[in-house]
Amino acid sequence: EDHCILQHSNRICVITLISDGCSLLKNKVSGKSKRGGQSLTEFAPLCRITCTDEQEYTVFSCIRGRLLEVNEAILNKPDLLLEKPSTEGYIVVILPKFEESKSVTEGLLTREQYEDVLTKRNQQEPYMSAGSRTVLDFTGVHFV
Amino acid sequence: MLSLKEKDRPIVRKLLCAGCCVRCVLRFCCVGTSSAYRRSYQDLHKELLAFISEENSPQSHDASGEEKSSDAPPNKRMRIDEDSVTAAQTDSDICPVCLGVLQDFCDPSFAEQVSDAVKKQQYEFDSLVLTVSLPAQLSVREHSCWLHVKKEVREKSMCLGKDDVIQVKDAFKWAVQGKIGQELGAAVVANSPCEVSISFIHPETEEDCHFLYVAVFLSVSQSVFTRMAVVKALEKISEEKFSRHYPCPPKKANTRCTALDTTCLHTSVFIAGRYNKFSRELPQTPWVIDGERRMDGSVEELIAAPLLSSFRADGFNFSSSGREDVDVRTLGNGRPFAVELLNPHRAKFNRTEIKQLQETINQSSDKIRVRDLQIVTRDATSRMKEGEEEKTKTYSALIWTQKAIESPDLEFLANIKDLRIAQKTPLRVLHRRPLAVRQRLVHSMTTIYLDKHHFTLKLCTQAGTYIKEFVHGDFGRTKPNLCDLMKTDADILELDVESVDIDWPPAIPD
Repeated sequence: EDHCILQHSNRICVITLISDGCSLLKNKVSGKSKRGGQSLTEFAPLCRITCTDEQEYTVFSCIRGRLLEVNEAILNKPDLLLEKPSTEGYIVVILPKFEESKSVTEGLLTREQYEDVLTKRNQQEPYMSAGSRTVLDFTGVHFV
Repeated sequence: MLSLKEKDRPIVRKLLCAGCCVRCVLRFCCVGTSSAYRRSYQDLHKELLAFISEENSPQSHDASGEEKSSDAPPNKRMRIDEDSVTAAQTDSDICPVCLGVLQDFCDPSFAEQVSDAVKKQQYEFDSLVLTVSLPAQLSVREHSCWLHVKKEVREKSMCLGKDDVIQVKDAFKWAVQGKIGQELGAAVVANSPCEVSISFIHPETEEDCHFLYVAVFLSVSQSVFTRMAVVKALEKISEEKFSRHYPCPPKKANTRCTALDTTCLHTSVFIAGRYNKFSRELPQTPWVIDGERRMDGSVEELIAAPLLSSFRADGFNFSSSGREDVDVRTLGNGRPFAVELLNPHRAKFNRTEIKQLQETINQSSDKIRVRDLQIVTRDATSRMKEGEEEKTKTYSALIWTQKAIESPDLEFLANIKDLRIAQKTPLRVLHRRPLAVRQRLVHSMTTIYLDKHHFTLKLCTQAGTYIKEFVHGDFGRTKPNLCDLMKTDADILELDVESVDIDWPPAIPD
């Protein structure tokens, strides 16, 4: 699945899905320094999405940092993931280490680069276009 | 003339023998007349000598000046002089009790030195408080001398309380404050915003207090002995134990105290007012990241700079009733603020001068404007906080909507009163604020239709409401938000603070 990372100038990152797919729930942060937030690596799985076609999709962290918040709204309304991926359907909020503020997004694609990748992908495998992905019926989302 | 009594004679004699200076002698005789300590050393010495030579004089005979002493039989006088008085005849012998503080340092020359140091720092004041700091060892020597005198006094079945003895600090102040006040053209009082501090140290005897620590606290836990600790230890230690460890009277020293540089401090002055911010590119406080300035100027610097220079202050602290973002204007009557000016060298300004300062600030930049500038008291800062947390604010926002709207679509907003919203800490401040949910009230709203995708929203909200997040929802973390209410994506393009509803500081009519 394609993940999208939105980063604010204050280095905070929000992980979302791009389009049409825990121990995390116990995450509790307190105080300005956000003590208690779990440390995540790029490969940490965040949540598993199950669909009516028995497919299971896993969303990964993609970046290293401290977990601040999981979006519990998607547990009740998984449709938000695809309907409003860039706003109410976000998955988690992560605070990278101060020293890694900039480097944490190195190796990720910019919007333009991603669009290039998409175009190439559509050319190679036209039958797996983005359109088909949006037909997903969620049965559930649970945080890993 | 000194009002010494018959009973004081043996004390005077004993102290002069021990090498005490004349002013310390006066202190242990409980002479409480401040003018006595201002008399010259020679003068006092002469009188004391005369006093002790009147051995067989009748009771409560006033120890007077030359006239009376010439009445006493000459040979008797001579005998007393040679026998009893051995030391402290001149300034070159350092008093073992005050270590010189009540000797040379009471001369007018030192008072002039202190006054010069103050004048150099160019403070403006009409009164001052003199504070004196003495080395802790002096308490030990004082205690030793008192025990020495007590023995003598007890034999004559009299009583000398430690509290009856005049303190070195007081005697010193009495001796010098007149001259200092005269030189500086100011009254030396007990309470004044301007403080002149004189400090003495005596490196030679710094170890004097060691034994106290060992004897009372059973250990030397620190290398610096605070005055408090020494005083406490002296209260605890028994007379007998003290005398075992420390000579009574105290041993003489080879050096006198050293005076450190005279320091001056003026208490902070508080200036309050209200400010408007007309620029969308001006932060309230300096914006610095990793030592680099991100944006030039700030509201606080624009306001404080002329104040700092007029009051000749060392620094400042700026506080205000809430803040606005860089890109938000503050209109209407403006936001209350208070500037604490630290150690101002000039503190007295009349109304006209303050008005003038306000003008200077307003002329310096068109990005801000200040009104109601006035000197206030220290409680200004708590009034600011009160305003920040309790009072309502009104705003005007330029809203963009994704869906096309017509004027009637906005009418329902005006009917919403006291809307309860829950705001999670906005993502844009989450890096420096704790994660929490804040309940807030949007008291009322009115709208002005602009076009299919724009309108102006005026709101009156509880203090501490994040307006931008109420409009766009902040990833759904503020609920309900304007997008929910209008059932469309929406964003805020511009925000202005219209009013901060607090009636402090009092308005100053033009």
